[in-house]
Amino acid sequence: MRGRSTRPHAACVWLSQFLMVLTVGCAGNQSMFNPQGPAARRIADLGLLMIAICLVVYLVVIAVAAWSLLRQRQASDDSAQTTARLGAIVAGAVAVTAAILVTLTAVSAAAGRGLTSPTSQDTVTVDVIGHQWWWAFQYRSDKPQDFVTTPNELHVPVGVPVILRAQSRDVIHSFWVPNLQGKRDLIPGQITTTWIQADRAGVYRGQCAEFCGHQHAKMAFVVVAEPMDAFQQWLQRQRQPAAEPTGDQERHGRDVFLQSTCVTCHTIRGTDAGARVGPELTHVGSRQTIAAGTLPNSVEHLRMWIANPPSIKPGTRMPPHGLSPEDFEAVVSYLRSLE
Amino acid sequence: MESGSGQSGAPVERVEPYPDPAAEARLRRQLEETWHVPAGFLGWFAVTDHRTIGRRYIATAFVFFLIGGVLAALMRIQLAVPDNHFLGPDLYNQVFTMHGTVMMFLFAVPVMEAMAVYLVPLMVGTRNIAFPRLNTFSYFVYLFGGIMVIVAMLVNSAPDAGWFAYVPLSGPDYTPGKRADFWAQLITFTEVAALAVAVEIVATVFKMRAPGMSLNRIPLFVWSMLVTAFMIIFAMPAVVLGSTFLLLDRLVGTHFYNPAEGGDALLWQHLFWFFGHPEVYIIFVPALGMVSAIVATFTQRPIFGYRAMVLSLVATGFIGFGLWVHHMFATGLPQLGLTYFTAASMIISIPSGVQIFCWIASIWRGHPRLTTPMLFVLGFIAIFVLGGLSGVTLASVPFDLQVHDTYYVVAHFHYVLLGGAVFPLIGALYFWFPKITGRMMSERLGVLNFWTLFIGFNVTFFPMHILGFQGMPRRVYTYPAEMGWGPLNLVATAGAVLLIAGGALFVFNAVRSYVAGTIAGDDPWHGETLEWATASPPPVYNFLHIPVIEGRHAMWDRSLAPPVVTGLRSDCREVLITDVMGAEPVHAYELPEPSIWPFLCSIVTSAFFVGSIFTPWALPVSILPLTVTLIGWFWPKPHPNLRGDQPLVRPVEAEG
Repeated sequence: MRGRSTRPHAACVWLSQFLMVLTVGCAGNQSMFNPQGPAARRIADLGLLMIAICLVVYLVVIAVAAWSLLRQRQASDDSAQTTARLGAIVAGAVAVTAAILVTLTAVSAAAGRGLTSPTSQDTVTVDVIGHQWWWAFQYRSDKPQDFVTTPNELHVPVGVPVILRAQSRDVIHSFWVPNLQGKRDLIPGQITTTWIQADRAGVYRGQCAEFCGHQHAKMAFVVVAEPMDAFQQWLQRQRQPAAEPTGDQERHGRDVFLQSTCVTCHTIRGTDAGARVGPELTHVGSRQTIAAGTLPNSVEHLRMWIANPPSIKPGTRMPPHGLSPEDFEAVVSYLRSLE
Repeated sequence: MESGSGQSGAPVERVEPYPDPAAEARLRRQLEETWHVPAGFLGWFAVTDHRTIGRRYIATAFVFFLIGGVLAALMRIQLAVPDNHFLGPDLYNQVFTMHGTVMMFLFAVPVMEAMAVYLVPLMVGTRNIAFPRLNTFSYFVYLFGGIMVIVAMLVNSAPDAGWFAYVPLSGPDYTPGKRADFWAQLITFTEVAALAVAVEIVATVFKMRAPGMSLNRIPLFVWSMLVTAFMIIFAMPAVVLGSTFLLLDRLVGTHFYNPAEGGDALLWQHLFWFFGHPEVYIIFVPALGMVSAIVATFTQRPIFGYRAMVLSLVATGFIGFGLWVHHMFATGLPQLGLTYFTAASMIISIPSGVQIFCWIASIWRGHPRLTTPMLFVLGFIAIFVLGGLSGVTLASVPFDLQVHDTYYVVAHFHYVLLGGAVFPLIGALYFWFPKITGRMMSERLGVLNFWTLFIGFNVTFFPMHILGFQGMPRRVYTYPAEMGWGPLNLVATAGAVLLIAGGALFVFNAVRSYVAGTIAGDDPWHGETLEWATASPPPVYNFLHIPVIEGRHAMWDRSLAPPVVTGLRSDCREVLITDVMGAEPVHAYELPEPSIWPFLCSIVTSAFFVGSIFTPWALPVSILPLTVTLIGWFWPKPHPNLRGDQPLVRPVEAEG
């Protein structure tokens, strides 16, 4: 904003108040103006600056238009002199427009430079895999048996840039956590990369941002940012195979699970279930949400979901179960026990 | 010329100080007979008259506009409250896809072309549009395409992959059934219809202008339609290619877009947006011409900066082709390339800015009469400038990565398309309604109509900017209550109620005025351009004498005894062909008679398009009937009055 004087003009005060209201009004848990990481903060600052400039331009244009409409006409309005002056004013306005646009382009390019890759070399890499309509996050390791895949829940260490290598199993999706970073599309046949970094421990909601079919609306996930120690512990826990069921009901639940159609889609490491069509369930009990960020992970919601998934997400590939009430309860208990 | 015997055959300009009333009446009768619109049931399908086709085109486009509006209302009902069950995802996805598709392909582009079909021949001072049979063909192809997709919708087979139908979602693997095929073929229908009209407009503007209307005297509306027509000609082939590839992938198993077989999913986005971005200018540029026409008339002064305005239109036409990647910032293309598209997207606001500044200068100088059309222009400025500025923010790659595919973008494009194109269009309909129907629209209802639409529009779409900041993605059929998007969505839905009321008010006003409006007379607004020189509605031959243009502002620069063209035959459909630059008379040319063949050809074409959704055999099967109809269409038929020694094209000498 060139020409901003050091004295706060009334207009500037008003403008900053307006922007504050806007920002506060946007303080939701999925707001781009509630940045919780360096990338999102950079974009939010750029956004506020651009909105402020555009707002000023808008008010000036509308004020001039209103004045032009309401002013008293004068006899000299049609004179050649006036025409020449109007021409000069229009040319001046165009020049100012061009200057503002050049400034905005430069400011935007400068903001963009810092966004493509993180400055720190010390990074964690996670593969993001999009499916209709859920996410898989894969943590690689030197040993293949230590690979960890968590559906719909991305754990990251606080203060460390996390490189995300994104790919899609089916159609185009878009990875988006507004509190942390702008979007990156997941394109079949390609690997795209982006990065996120959370400054504070917390849970940030993300959601698919490219229309991907029936349940595009319910293809959400959470990013859980925790201190490095906690993150490492979590990763270590995830590497373990599924816990052996302890109670009778859980054991029965596992048997039912392994003998029913569940195994045609799901993996539970440590058992014979190893299909990759649906989300992995090895540690499903420890997750915050089920059905791709759609329901909180409680026993009632799990029951609701397994009983009839299409009633919650019409179009989902997961069919209603065909189990007896006892078997159904056993499976729910077993899944709850997989922490 | 009065006798129509075609003695010398050379159209020349003639000053007509004392017209002979008896001769005038004779000429009028003969022209009426020559240019008659075919009557009867079959005649309805054989009409080649640009006013009739233009009126039908406008009315049809408005029917689709209302359908699109009803679809929008359904969406607003569904989104009014969180976790709503009014529409399920299957229906909602069809509804939003159809809303976008109908509005873009069946309303916005066709209605702008329709206005040109009606107005351009009148504004350039000729008797019909170039290639009138093609015009008829274009209308029926458009109509059948629209009917096809509406029928598909009614049998629950509407496309549901979004109006830009990204692959692979719209491909054979993820949209089985015929939904995406209906979408792809609708695109084909629209392309064919739009390309036909575009070619007619270019030919009419370049070759059929009245003598004296040199390039620097063409009305701004005609310039805007010329630029639009060229944009259509250059943009449509990209989407023709894209939708054909899609159809081939779906119908015969090619792999243009299948990455697993060496195809590329992003290829679709490049092909589509290379058309899709110019597309929004194809909708918006005609609106700029309408605004210029309205501002000039109600300030009773020429638009300030004619040359700057024309160059801005042309610049918009060129730069519009260099922005398509700004729809693809999130796909991970190389950074340097993206910066180029940022710069190009910023630059295009300069020509728009020039026009806004010139209109404000015109308003400053002219002190406009605040009639309904002028109110719509002022509303356009208030809305469009905001939409343009939000467009500037979207040009920035980092900012776009956050707001891309959110309700911020939804707000933006409704500000530029509804505010930037539909407001001027409705203003233009209030403005030209008296010319088209011979009756004025009610001003009192018009003012009410404006305020309902203006307030309704802003209440509906302004909150969407904030919803976008709050992270609400577009194209979601519902959202959880805890996201906090409920209240603003409810406000938007309330605004939509006003918008619907405004639309209904417009329809009511139009129908009522059509039946019982005050008689307008030839020139109720003291207009600037040639269409006001003739009766309202214009006679079938448009002008008794083809006028000779004496200045840039045809009506205002007219002398007391204006010169006219003589020597054009009145016993056959002869029009004057002039040269591109100076509009000097070159020769007389006979336009074809009305014919049923273009209609038959459009039926075969449509059958081919619809058939190829289901089987590749549609192509070989339709070739023969298509050939027959084309032979019928182009069968050389000597005019009964045409003597053997009179070729269809007669060289003439220009005089005066």
